[in-house]
Amino acid sequence: MLKHRLIPVLLLQNGLLVRSELFRIHQIIGNPIHEVQRFNEWNVDELIYLDITRDDTYDLRRADHRIQGLGDPLDIIEAVSRTCFMPLTWGGRIRSVDDMRERFRRGADKITINTGAVADPGLITAGAHTFGSQAIVVAIDVLRHVDGRAEVFVDGGTTATGLDTAEWARMAEEHGAGEIFLQSIDRDGTGRGYDRELIAAVADAVTVPVIACGGVGAFEHYAAGIAAGASAVAAANIWHFKEMSDRAGKRALARAGVPVRL
Amino acid sequence: MRDYDRRGSGMDVAIVDYSMGNLRSVANALEAVGASPRITTRPDELSRADAIVLPGVGAFADGMRNLKQRGFVEELRTQVVERRKPVLGLCLGMQLLAERGTEHGTVEGLGFVPGDVVRMPSNGVRVPHIGWNDVRFTRTDGLYDGLGEAQDFYFVHSYTLDPADESLASGVCVHGDEFVASIEDGNVFGTQFHPEKSQSSGLTVLRNFMRACSSTV
Repeated sequence: MLKHRLIPVLLLQNGLLVRSELFRIHQIIGNPIHEVQRFNEWNVDELIYLDITRDDTYDLRRADHRIQGLGDPLDIIEAVSRTCFMPLTWGGRIRSVDDMRERFRRGADKITINTGAVADPGLITAGAHTFGSQAIVVAIDVLRHVDGRAEVFVDGGTTATGLDTAEWARMAEEHGAGEIFLQSIDRDGTGRGYDRELIAAVADAVTVPVIACGGVGAFEHYAAGIAAGASAVAAANIWHFKEMSDRAGKRALARAGVPVRL
Repeated sequence: MRDYDRRGSGMDVAIVDYSMGNLRSVANALEAVGASPRITTRPDELSRADAIVLPGVGAFADGMRNLKQRGFVEELRTQVVERRKPVLGLCLGMQLLAERGTEHGTVEGLGFVPGDVVRMPSNGVRVPHIGWNDVRFTRTDGLYDGLGEAQDFYFVHSYTLDPADESLASGVCVHGDEFVASIEDGNVFGTQFHPEKSQSSGLTVLRNFMRACSSTV
């Protein structure tokens, strides 16, 4: 039986590992290369790296830092893949098939595209034809409005697209997406748990696996994501601020009756 | 990828570089089990290798086209069929060992394994089949030596190899329907899952392949 996956998401900004809140606030929590050993010791199902660096923004909260960032964030893929024998997904700033190829060459197994896919859904198709659907994950950042509308945002959650989330997920699948990585902007870093309604809407709209992300504040939240229809559950912050995040997360899932790889 | 050409003391394994996927991961894993992997774009380098690994992530038609363009098809036939050199196909690499693929049109494969590559039926399950699933071993003397009766491995695929002769399967897995997770036929080996991405169980499979090679070479 296919197990449900539990996936840590590592956010990188200007070559540094950060924690994120509401897609706006980013605190540096370390140098990813130094942390590689720690990630590899997590016997996790999979790792997702998102490079959320934005060339045109300057985060004031980062002005006082003294930690040297990496010149090339892609070096992280190579460093990680050398000693870790689990699937690696890489996302962020991918705009062409050549960008994808470069990441696969460095050791990524899958890539995610988000802004690039909305700008040109043909990019999903081109990637799927070259590398296979299974290697192309479409990431969708969603903001739930006060009226309940779930709208797709791009450019790191800063630009509204007018797209309905379930509709766009369906389109992404039609264009060749092999998985949907669904992130809730308004739950990000809040610890309130997943937006279950959102997960259910997207999981119903597509046949490909949905990875839920955004809002996990307790290990018990994972099972709700699976119950809502996600094939895999992901989180970022909790992995850095709780001990034994993998074991404890898996045990919480197993206790809830979810088949996992223990 | 000329930057990766380390030669260690272990078995000389040629990893076929046909621009289809995660070569680096495969090389890293082979190195971890003591082999000396060499990623190569040159067919003539296959003859001096002790074993060949055909990795792959991607679409069947692109894979075959790239193998042809780089002159690998004939050389692989020479090495695998005539010289009976051990070959291990991984994921798409296993599928390419078949006679025919049906992803984006019917395409002729390498033909080392009689059978077709077909799309997984999505009867009540999500396709692509992505994640950790348990493989039940039907043979335990080869790739799965020492792993018991079943183990979890990491899969990422939408198509499967359906061999004409079912006895070639050494492991089976269920996702919607039962499908062949691996084949073992003399010097021809293939896994639909990614041993290089399956943590310690995957590394054991690679180690067993190396051992099978030393007994066949």
